[in-house]
Amino acid sequence: MSSFNEFLTMGGYAAYVWPAYAIAAVVVLVNLFAPGRRLKRIKDGIRRRKGAA
Amino acid sequence: MSRALSALLVRDLKLAYRRRGEVLTPAMFFILVTILFPLGLSPQPELLRSIAPGVLWTAALLAGLIGQESLLKGDFEDGSLEQLALAPLPLELTALARVATHWLTTGLPLVILAPLLGLMLDYPVQAMGTLVLSLLLGTSILSLLGAVGAALTVGLRQSGMLLPILVLPLAVPVLIFGAQAAAQAAHGEDPAGALYLLAALLALGLTLIPFAIAAAVRVSLES
Amino acid sequence: MAALNNKYGWAWFHRFASPPYLYRVAGLLVPWFAWPAAALIAVGLYGGLWSSPPDYQQGDGFRIIYIHVPSAYLSMMGYAILAVASAVGLVWRMKLAHAVAAAAAPLGASFTFLALVTGALWGKPMWGTFWVWDARLTSELILLFLYFGFIALRRAYEDPRSGDRAAAVLALVGVVNLPIIHYSVVWWNSLHQGATVFVGQGSDIAPGMLWPLLCMIFGFTLLFAACLARSVQAEVLERERGAAWAAEVA
Repeated sequence: MSSFNEFLTMGGYAAYVWPAYAIAAVVVLVNLFAPGRRLKRIKDGIRRRKGAA
Repeated sequence: MSRALSALLVRDLKLAYRRRGEVLTPAMFFILVTILFPLGLSPQPELLRSIAPGVLWTAALLAGLIGQESLLKGDFEDGSLEQLALAPLPLELTALARVATHWLTTGLPLVILAPLLGLMLDYPVQAMGTLVLSLLLGTSILSLLGAVGAALTVGLRQSGMLLPILVLPLAVPVLIFGAQAAAQAAHGEDPAGALYLLAALLALGLTLIPFAIAAAVRVSLES
Repeated sequence: MAALNNKYGWAWFHRFASPPYLYRVAGLLVPWFAWPAAALIAVGLYGGLWSSPPDYQQGDGFRIIYIHVPSAYLSMMGYAILAVASAVGLVWRMKLAHAVAAAAAPLGASFTFLALVTGALWGKPMWGTFWVWDARLTSELILLFLYFGFIALRRAYEDPRSGDRAAAVLALVGVVNLPIIHYSVVWWNSLHQGATVFVGQGSDIAPGMLWPLLCMIFGFTLLFAACLARSVQAEVLERERGAAWAAEVA
C-alpha cells in the first residue's frame, strides 16, 4: 500500500475485502464478549438465590 | 446366542408385519418425492435422464429418514429396549439385529421400487443393476446411521425434527458415492470405484456403528 | 489412588476434574491468551492490510486470506477439541470435559460460519459468483451442520447430563465421519471439475504475505483459546451453581 486512498479502495476490491473484515470483527467481538456476559448472568442468578435464601 | 438373535429378528419382523401400513410409508414417500421432480422441473427425457441418478438417490435418502424415527420408539415406550439393554446378549448385537429388520422393512422396499422409478425417469435399463446394487449397499449404511440418530433422540419429544439434522450431514458420503455410481453406470462408465467405496463404507459402518448405537441407547435409557 | 496418579504424573490432569480448580485456572488463563492474541492480530492486520504487496494475480482481493485461512483452520480445530473433550467425557466419565465440549461448539460454529462467509466474499471477485461448489467450501458447510447437530441435540435434552453424553456420542460419530466426508467431497468435486481452485495458494506464497498470515493464524488461535477459557468458566459455573464454591466466586 502506498497511499491511504489505495488502502480504502483495496485496488477495486473494497466491496469484498472490507465486508469480510467487518463480519470477522463482529464474529470475533461477539465471541469475545458473549461468554463474559453469560458468566455475569449466571453469577447474578447465584447471588440472587443466595440473597433469597 | 444365535437362537436369541433369530428370535429377536422374527419378533421384529412379526411386529413390522402387524403394522404393514406404517412400513409402506417410506416407499410411498419415495415415489411421491421422485414424481415431484419431473413436475417441478420439466418432463423432457434428456433432462430427466441426466438428473435421474441424483433424484433417485436423494429421494431414497429422504424416504429412508422417514422411517427412522420409529426405529426404536416402540421398543423404548413399552420398556422392551430397557430389557434388551439388560439382557446377557451384547447390546451392540441386538442393535444390529434391530437395524437389520428395519432395513428389511424400509430400505429393501426402496431398493425394489428404484428400478421402476428409474424407468419413469428414463434411466438406462442396462445401468439398472448398478443402481440397485448402489442402493442395496447405501440404504444399509443409511439404516445404520439412522439408528444412531434414532437412539440419540428416542427419549426426546421433538425427535422428528432433530433426527434429519443429525443424520443428513453424516449421510453425505453415502449420497455422493451412491449417486456417482448410478450416474457413471448411466453414462456407460465403469462404476466399480464408487461401488467399492460404498462397500468399504458399509464394512466400516457394520464394525463401528453398532457401538455408537449401543452407547446412544444407554444414554437415552439413563435420562 | 492419589499416590498412583502421582507416580505416573497424571495428578495435574485429575485436578482438572475439580470444578473450582478448572474455573480458577480458566479464569487465570484468559488474559494470558487475550493480550498476546490482540498484539498478534494487530501486527497481522498491519502486515496483511497495509505492508504486504498485492498478489500478482488477485490484486488486493487476496487480502481476505488473512481471515479466511485462520477461521477455516479454527473451524476444524474447534471440532477436534469438541471430539477430544467428548471422548474424555464419555470414556473417563469426566463431567467437566463435557463443559469444554459445550463451550467449544458455538465458538467452532461461529468460525466455520466466518470461513464460509469470507470464502464466498473471496469467491465473488475470483470466480465471478459467491458460491462455487468447491470441495473445501462444501466440506466447511457440512461441518457447520455437524456443529448445529451437536448444539441442537445437547439443548434438546432437559437433563443437561444426558444431553452432554448424547451430544458426545454424536461428536465421536461425526469426527470419524469427517475425513470420509471431506474425501468424498473432494472426489465428487474432481469428477465435476468446473470451478478453478484458489489461485496463488500453497507453498508459492510470497514471504511478505506469509508472516502476516502466520501472525493472524496464531493470533486467532490464542483468541479462540481466550474465548474458550471464558466460556468454559460459564459452563462450569452453570453446572455447579448449587455448590458452595459457586456462591463464593459469584
